Amino acid sequence: MSNHELDARNSLCPMPVIKTQNKVNELQPGDILTVTCTDPGALNDIPAWCRINGHEVVETREVGSEVIIKVRVGS
Amino acid sequence: MSKQRKAVALISGGLDSLLAAKLMIEQGIHVEGINFYTGFCVEGHTHAIRKKDKKKPKRNNALWSAEQLGIKLHILDIIDEYKDVVINPKHGYGANMNPCLDCKIFMVGKAKQWMEENDFDFIITGEVVGQRPMSQRKDLLPVVVRESGIDDLLLRPLCAQNLTPTLPEREGWVDREKLLGFSGRNRKPQMALAKEFGFEDYATPAGGCCFLTDANYSKKLVDLWQARNKKEYELDDIMLLKVGRHIRPQPHYKLIVSREDGENKFLNGYRKQFATLEIKSHNGPLTLVDGELSDDDAREAASIAARFSQGREADNVSVKFTRLNGEETMLDIKPMPASEIKEEWYV
Repeated sequence: MSNHELDARNSLCPMPVIKTQNKVNELQPGDILTVTCTDPGALNDIPAWCRINGHEVVETREVGSEVIIKVRVGS
Repeated sequence: MSKQRKAVALISGGLDSLLAAKLMIEQGIHVEGINFYTGFCVEGHTHAIRKKDKKKPKRNNALWSAEQLGIKLHILDIIDEYKDVVINPKHGYGANMNPCLDCKIFMVGKAKQWMEENDFDFIITGEVVGQRPMSQRKDLLPVVVRESGIDDLLLRPLCAQNLTPTLPEREGWVDREKLLGFSGRNRKPQMALAKEFGFEDYATPAGGCCFLTDANYSKKLVDLWQARNKKEYELDDIMLLKVGRHIRPQPHYKLIVSREDGENKFLNGYRKQFATLEIKSHNGPLTLVDGELSDDDAREAASIAARFSQGREADNVSVKFTRLNGEETMLDIKPMPASEIKEEWYV
């Protein structure tokens, strides 16, 4: 298991979802990906994308104008 | 036991593609969705830039559809490849700048590529014969099949009974008898089927899911191309056409004036790419300047920007003009009277 970061700031949905999807496709099951976004819509869309594609959102938080979503890659 | 067949569904986020995919799932087909992001997609988040729309649900309708169906969804970024469809549509534009037929050919072609790369058997869409004037006319459906190269691996479950059987039907992968014969613009059959499947709160976008079908948006795109004297765009260009008042007082420059806080924040992200006008003495909008301004132009632009501030009736408004190179000039200016802002300046 390894930790990875993804900067999806300054892009509007669905781009943060697409960037998350493309990054997750490069990772291994169990890896953790921390995504930082500025579009609050990502708070809905990235968890929705995770639910339908078998990945787990382990944490979401808002820091100032940023949204941080931590995803555990599913199998 | 026969092999379970796999279909890739083009999921737009609208009702028809939701129903088409559901019909296949009901027949035991393994379905996964693909959704294309062109940059012109009408999504809740684009609207949500504006504060007045914040109460609308900020969901992505394609993801919502996939979740209702219990299928995977793959969202494909086709922004760059799609430019050629918008700029040089072989079959021309619809009522506005919508190249619907070329778009459908392109998307089915991309879906075919995805199908082959991922070992799927056929493609399904939510198309209904006669529903849309350009891309879903009965005489044009074969054009999509022919020019995308998909041949008879494109199944349209909602109207299949009006069409020649496709390979999935002839081979018995799907039961043609259980497919439907919808046609025309009447939406009642779809709504009844949605009710039967228990789908509620599905998206019903007025004017479709693409900004290119919108007359006002199309006008702004044409203006952009005319001002640049060439048909080209980047993602930021087409995003900005969705935001703010666009005012072109002279051919060589355009102002993008935010309409409220949400747009102000959004336009703030473009400070490094555009010259800006900021109202300093009163509350007022952030304005981006697209084009090079002389000193006289700057005063004209500042007086227009001031018109949209709370100082619109004041004798004097302070406006900070920041050029792209960072050089700042403070302009004390009388707001332009509303009667002098010409109707034809509004793009």
